[in-house]
Amino acid sequence: MRTNNWLRMVMIGAALVSLAGLARSEAPLPRVVEFNHHVRPILSDNCFACHGPDENTRKGNLRLDTEEGVLGARKEGKVIVPGEPERSELYLRLIGHGDRQRMPPARFGKKPTAQQIAIVRRWIEQGAKWQKHWSLLAARRHEVPRIEGSTWGRNAIDAFILARLEQEGLKPSAEADRRTLIRRLSFDLLGLPPTPEQVDAFLADPAPDAYEKLVDRLLNSKHYGERLAQYWLDLVRYADTGGYHSDNHRDIALYRDYVIDAFNTNKPFDQFTLEQLAGDLLPQATRAQKIASGYNRLLMTTEEGGAQEKEYRAKYAADRVRNVSVVWLGLTMGCAECHDHKFDPIQSKEFYRFAAFFADVQERAVGRQVQDRLPTPEQAQQLKAIDEKIAVLQKRLNTITPELEKAQAEWEKTQMGKERKGLPREIGAILNTEPAQRTPRQKEALANYHRSITPLLQSVRQELAEVQKAKADLLAKIPATLITSAGAPRMMRVLPRGNWLDDSGEVVAPGVPASLAPALSVKNRRATRLDLAQWMVAPENPLVARVFVNRLWKLTFGQGIVRTLDDFGSQGTWPSHPQLLDWLAVEFRESGWDIKKMMRLLVTSATYRQASTVNAELRQRDPYNYLLARQARFRLDAELVRDNALSISGLLNETIGGPSVKPYQPAGYWAMLNFPKREWQNDSGANLYRRGLYTYWCRTFPHPSLVAFDAPSREECTVERPRSNTPLQALVLLNDPIYVEAARAFAERIVKEGGSTPESRIQFAFRQAVNRRAVAEEVKIVAALYQKHRAQFQGDRAAAAALLTIGAHPLPREIDPVELAAWTSVARVVLNLHETITRN
Amino acid sequence: MNPLNPLVLSLTRRAFLGRSSAGMGMLALASLLDPGVLRGAPTRLPSDRWQGVVNPLHLAPKAKRVIYLYMAGGPSHLETFDYRPRLAQMHGKPMPDSLTRGQPIAQLQGAKLTCFAPQHPFKKCGQSGQEIAEIFPQLSQVADDLCIIRSLKTEAINHDPAHTFMNTGTTISGRPAMGSWLWYGLGCQSENLPGFVVMTSTGRAGQQQPISARQWHSGFLPSRFQGVEFRSKGEPVLYVKNPKGIDAQRQRDVVDAVRQLNELQNKVVEDPEIATRIAQYEMAFRMQTSVPELMDLSKESKKILDLYGTSGGDGSFAANCLLARRLAERGVRFIQLYHRDWDHHGNIKNDVKVTAGEVDRGAAALLRDLKARGMLDETLVIWGGEFGRTPMAQGSGRDHHMKGFSIWMAGGGIKGGITHGSTDDFGYNAVEDVVTVHDMHATMLHLLGVDHKRLTYKFQGRDFRLTDVHGNVVKKILA
Repeated sequence: MRTNNWLRMVMIGAALVSLAGLARSEAPLPRVVEFNHHVRPILSDNCFACHGPDENTRKGNLRLDTEEGVLGARKEGKVIVPGEPERSELYLRLIGHGDRQRMPPARFGKKPTAQQIAIVRRWIEQGAKWQKHWSLLAARRHEVPRIEGSTWGRNAIDAFILARLEQEGLKPSAEADRRTLIRRLSFDLLGLPPTPEQVDAFLADPAPDAYEKLVDRLLNSKHYGERLAQYWLDLVRYADTGGYHSDNHRDIALYRDYVIDAFNTNKPFDQFTLEQLAGDLLPQATRAQKIASGYNRLLMTTEEGGAQEKEYRAKYAADRVRNVSVVWLGLTMGCAECHDHKFDPIQSKEFYRFAAFFADVQERAVGRQVQDRLPTPEQAQQLKAIDEKIAVLQKRLNTITPELEKAQAEWEKTQMGKERKGLPREIGAILNTEPAQRTPRQKEALANYHRSITPLLQSVRQELAEVQKAKADLLAKIPATLITSAGAPRMMRVLPRGNWLDDSGEVVAPGVPASLAPALSVKNRRATRLDLAQWMVAPENPLVARVFVNRLWKLTFGQGIVRTLDDFGSQGTWPSHPQLLDWLAVEFRESGWDIKKMMRLLVTSATYRQASTVNAELRQRDPYNYLLARQARFRLDAELVRDNALSISGLLNETIGGPSVKPYQPAGYWAMLNFPKREWQNDSGANLYRRGLYTYWCRTFPHPSLVAFDAPSREECTVERPRSNTPLQALVLLNDPIYVEAARAFAERIVKEGGSTPESRIQFAFRQAVNRRAVAEEVKIVAALYQKHRAQFQGDRAAAAALLTIGAHPLPREIDPVELAAWTSVARVVLNLHETITRN
Repeated sequence: MNPLNPLVLSLTRRAFLGRSSAGMGMLALASLLDPGVLRGAPTRLPSDRWQGVVNPLHLAPKAKRVIYLYMAGGPSHLETFDYRPRLAQMHGKPMPDSLTRGQPIAQLQGAKLTCFAPQHPFKKCGQSGQEIAEIFPQLSQVADDLCIIRSLKTEAINHDPAHTFMNTGTTISGRPAMGSWLWYGLGCQSENLPGFVVMTSTGRAGQQQPISARQWHSGFLPSRFQGVEFRSKGEPVLYVKNPKGIDAQRQRDVVDAVRQLNELQNKVVEDPEIATRIAQYEMAFRMQTSVPELMDLSKESKKILDLYGTSGGDGSFAANCLLARRLAERGVRFIQLYHRDWDHHGNIKNDVKVTAGEVDRGAAALLRDLKARGMLDETLVIWGGEFGRTPMAQGSGRDHHMKGFSIWMAGGGIKGGITHGSTDDFGYNAVEDVVTVHDMHATMLHLLGVDHKRLTYKFQGRDFRLTDVHGNVVKKILA
């Protein structure tokens, strides 16, 4: 015990030291210092703010972000003398040698560690070889490492991972058991848990490719598109409301459904890119392409009275640059709105040139956006048929026949000499005119009127009315959405310091930053969004493929190869496996941007199939799991927490797509909204049990039980949600009516399907929720709770009845409420387990 | 196996955790520093109270917490704390073009700009002789505690972006609110309550401008630092009430069973998140008792209820003020009360009086109550909106105005009984001792012992702060 305590104290001490950032400096220096990997991050973080890309704030005419700046000639003396740190001003400044001012200055608040300074020194000693920033160089297909004498590995990914592990003297973890694998795959590819039957089938499948067959089944599931869409929707900030001020509704669900469908049909990523950025500009744009172009309309918009059009035009322009640059390029171009980028080679002028691509997007700067109605192909067909029918009927109504002429003459006679009630005055006047005196127009008007009342045409008129009503009904069903329509581009100026009131800036045309390959050149015309999209998916573009495969990696391994999913610039993190990232990027592009193929590659790797348990050595050596000697373990995303509970309880409604839905939400949660005031109306029936990604997304007040689990407001791009662990999450899982209702529906299944003994029912519950058998001790804990609550509800039947009325799910009459309430307690426990909401 | 071992072993991982894992590294440390846990005391569960990253503080603190009385809608400085007799003389005459030319304007875009006299008289109050409008009879009596700042300016002219700027220091969404920064930086002193609590009330005059939950969002900080809304009607905190049919003991049974099963699972997988999860369920369960207890004003004396002019349960600003004092007593770091009725575009003479009447007694009572309990010295109280209102008429009201407006501060570390800064004769531009929103934030952090330049968080490659790259501590108002 004494030893244990002592050990604990030591470890706490070590942790305190590492918290202070000291432990890291004890790591050994890299044998070969590589500029991009080791040196650039140090210079970027400590020096670039004053000696970097931003020329307006550059000090001492010294620039350290270019080869010319670091190694070129300077009249003030050499910044670096390769091989000789003592003669290199950069090094001497870092150590504050002699009477030199130490850099960076103390007031700057940055202090490079001894380790970092030693790295710079060694880099100079080793010849100070310069490299362009890694992510701006073209990705190339590195040779897949060959590992002598190893049998581990299933595809190229594993070779890269293993090579690094061997370097570090680490071994990969054993393969996870099949229960874990199917659960992991189901969550990663579908966002839903496997059913016990699916688990059993997989466990029993003797085929050598049982795993691959499972992967293919999941990739072909219609829920795969939902899972990937959920992440994409965070990136592009998809929401059902405008975001600013009154935060009113807008119809945009068709865009969400487009994204789901694109992933399900495995639309190549280059096409996916073209359609979203410029679907409206594609030749003969299809309905789906127009819907996709709604991407450009997803930003926050305002309807606030007194908002200045010019200010909001500037806001929208900047918003689009921020989003496009992070989503596709992994660059924080938004930093260049007010000044040249401090760390990456992006000038402020280039920010506005990039914004100019979108200057043709037609929208209201202030006010309600105009929605377009886009009929489905079937609806268009129906509409056409209806219109044809209307034309036919209309023609019959308009055609004069001898029979009608005769009838008219008779009718006119009946109208003579009597009080004509209900006749339009104009018609009465004509009737009062001698037939011979009537003008042709009067004759026509009279004939028209007669046809509108004659019993001869009554059936035609009735039929026309019916068809017209059908048309109105159909039109009302045609969904509206926001799409992009191009118009005359608005003038785009550089806004000095981002100030929208300042009209002194240069007028700019669309263009991409000069530092990003390839060059985008168009002749004798203005570059368009389509040009931009094509530039992104050009083979020479170094960023787009890397950024996207990194996102897929995050979905399957819990974090990116580049940790900073939104920043591939010089302040971003160095890739844990740069060659692998490049290999994947090239593979992705050369596969024809085949997303499913990449997902398949990732999840069929041995790296993916490892267990996620961690031993003491790994925990010590690689606490962050950078090296992938194990799989990751993390809490499910907000929507999946919900989907999981609904699926386990059997309540889940698996419908794909359609307008967003409104599950239970506490009354008054929208009280602070206004213009107009609104009250959330819960949906009813099956729509209460839809997947989380269909929940109505109100940006100013997103659904609180999703927010508790880190769902973003979707006001800005979210590349990675935090994975917090908070008391509010406990309150949601314990008390939110949907989880109580799920528990009682689950209890119903436990009683009906779980056999007749408490033990068999508990086992059933565990198999449903965590896909494994409960161990004896677990059964004991749960059984004790069941017995206790059963006895209590027996004595308090009113409490049981109250519990069982939560939620709209009907109460099963055939089960004793006391029994059901007691099992509801058990179900609540099981749904609240950490394991239930964990993917491992 | 000692159940504590996984926690200890997990420490190396958790201590390092950066943003990618939601920056929860300190949690396990907090647990481990709990002496009860170190002794292995069986009854004590690990505490998960956040201790703050500024630990120790950068400076000796003057205040421990902030109560921010947020006057949403934009109170007119000209009818509250900024006495402008010249404007009265100019009533009905054109505004000098030199002031308004080329300046952004909200609803008065394109309109003829004429001066509009202050609609309520001011009087000199207290020993300090502070000038306060007569529509604040109660606050006038505590004038010697107030530091009135007449020279604030902001950068946004419409409600939504101006709120966002006031709360986060930028108009771009996705940045942390000041309360989240404080909770992250300083931690929370309560075991049972969050570090950042928000309450709202709505008045009867003016336009009830919407307010977004963005205003108390943690932005890129870990989401546990999000402000928690306490509601005076319905459930006091969302989902804090037990389901029907579940009493406290039954809920306890469920939480206990969850804990026991989680502990068993943790023996198998040694996942530090499980230890955190267990602690969070305990906190949640405690909140189920502590929050209703907090919100229940029935044990407050009649004297106190009379002081505030409420008996609670009415959703009023005064009731929220009293609750704010109770939250302050329990260690909540940042308490923000929104009263959203200050958008007086028309009929300002009457409406500003109504709205002032809605907040006057509660705000003054809060100061008196804190003082009587010896808490005012350690509590920074701030009163102010997202912007002021134009000296120009908008019919019988005033439009939004960002170039100069008033707030007041009181309590911990603030020099009471002074007026700081000034606008010009028209109340248009802040011209003397100008205080920007970033300056106000810097000063608030300073009083709490934090150097605003050193409370940073890395996001998208950059060290972000509440004050962006701006902000100077307003030294003249420090006690």
